[in-house]
Amino acid sequence: MLGLDTVGRYVELMKRTFSKPDNWKMFWRQLPKEMEKLGIDSIGIIVLISIFMGAIMTMQTVLNTENPLLPRYSTGLVLRDTMLLEFASSIMSLLLAGKVGSNIASEIGTMRITEQIDALEIMGVNSANYLILPKVIGLVLCMPLLVTFSVFCALIGGTGVAYFTDMIPVADFVYGLQYAFIPYYFTYSLIKSLFFGFIIASISAFYGYYAYGGALNVGKASTNAVVNSSIVILLMNIVLTQLLLV
Amino acid sequence: MIEVKHLNKSFDGKQVLYDISATFRHGAVNQIIGKSGSGKTVLMKSIIGLFKAESGEVLYDGRNLLDMSKREIKLLRREVGMLFQGSALFDSMSVIENVMYPLQMFSDMSKIDVEKRAKFCLERVNLQTHAYHLMPGEISGGMQKRVAIARAISLNPKYLFCDEPNSGLDPVTSLVIDKLIEDITQEFNITTIINTHDMNSIMETGANIILINKGHKGWEGSKEGIFTDDNQALNDFVFASELYKKVKLASQK
Repeated sequence: MLGLDTVGRYVELMKRTFSKPDNWKMFWRQLPKEMEKLGIDSIGIIVLISIFMGAIMTMQTVLNTENPLLPRYSTGLVLRDTMLLEFASSIMSLLLAGKVGSNIASEIGTMRITEQIDALEIMGVNSANYLILPKVIGLVLCMPLLVTFSVFCALIGGTGVAYFTDMIPVADFVYGLQYAFIPYYFTYSLIKSLFFGFIIASISAFYGYYAYGGALNVGKASTNAVVNSSIVILLMNIVLTQLLLV
Repeated sequence: MIEVKHLNKSFDGKQVLYDISATFRHGAVNQIIGKSGSGKTVLMKSIIGLFKAESGEVLYDGRNLLDMSKREIKLLRREVGMLFQGSALFDSMSVIENVMYPLQMFSDMSKIDVEKRAKFCLERVNLQTHAYHLMPGEISGGMQKRVAIARAISLNPKYLFCDEPNSGLDPVTSLVIDKLIEDITQEFNITTIINTHDMNSIMETGANIILINKGHKGWEGSKEGIFTDDNQALNDFVFASELYKKVKLASQK
């Protein structure tokens, strides 16, 4: 029953969030700020993690597939397809659930406990719409960009391993990256990222919006936001894979 | 004028307000007083509509809040200004942006006019110009209250609500804020309701006072009658302080 109650309140909040903004000018002013804060400011950590992920995956694949039946270019192919199909969207979304999700939940939660949300309501502003909609749309718009960066940087990381070590010839690795490329995998990754962006922003905003009490509860809201958005991302990953690939 | 008639409010089956009826006069500072936990904040939030009362009427110049549609409530709220206990300034905006916010949101004024109006409101609350572009975290508690008052009056409200405006302020700054609220009430001819348990504030500005005691209306009167009335709930509240006990004894001698 508790779970149903939570789902009901989430749906109710989303209904209020996705209503017409009180002032479109303010919405358009808010949107780029949120895109910068949630998306652009996350590029650094995405680039760093993706480069290292690409490098480590390349090394692990080379070291663990020493089979003469496997062509040497398979390392590049494995890295490309793993990043496209799973890691760039799912793993990066789990990472963003931690970074962006906790940011959203704590920001809105602090506004709630310091009565800033009440102040908006008293003014006649739809606080859910004003605070949450730009964050949701901002993150959803930024996610494909972040996923593209992630794939690209992982491939650079892998190429770096090939270039700076003698584990695999660069030519074989690059051939593998280009071999049997299926463009739909990239589309699939972008579609997943749109859903995951919505999940991260909306669930985190939900926990922040219904925070109560003091700083301790804002911390709890932030933790709940990260944990629950991560769980929903994992469940949604199975559903989307079933729908889009199987 | 705001009238409250037979208002009842409970949380999870526990009744907090019992059959409250009161009239808050236009152009005057009306005060809701009482001990901590007596139900004053619940009453104020029920009057504004942040809490929905179970029964009764809240009449804003004859318009019953409890019968209004969401859209009507939204429109009514544009006639309302509120000063929160902790000021509730938006910490992502500078001082002047906080005051400009309601104007940008709900008025058709040009950017220049919005800035002019915000500066007028900040000047009216005597805020030094150097603070206009500071962030709320960079100014003192007293200045934050002034900014919150400026924001509350920016849209020319008909009704002003102040939830414990003196909390966290020193006695001198408290008096300044009280005087400012009283002046603004008279100057702009608005209905002001202050929620307080600060005796200095009560004696300074209480033109019409309602005492809430354990969720019931315990007493109604003005600051002139606060020391002389023999209402038990009122005396328990006012003479809890040794200072006021001595004042009463001295006046009786």
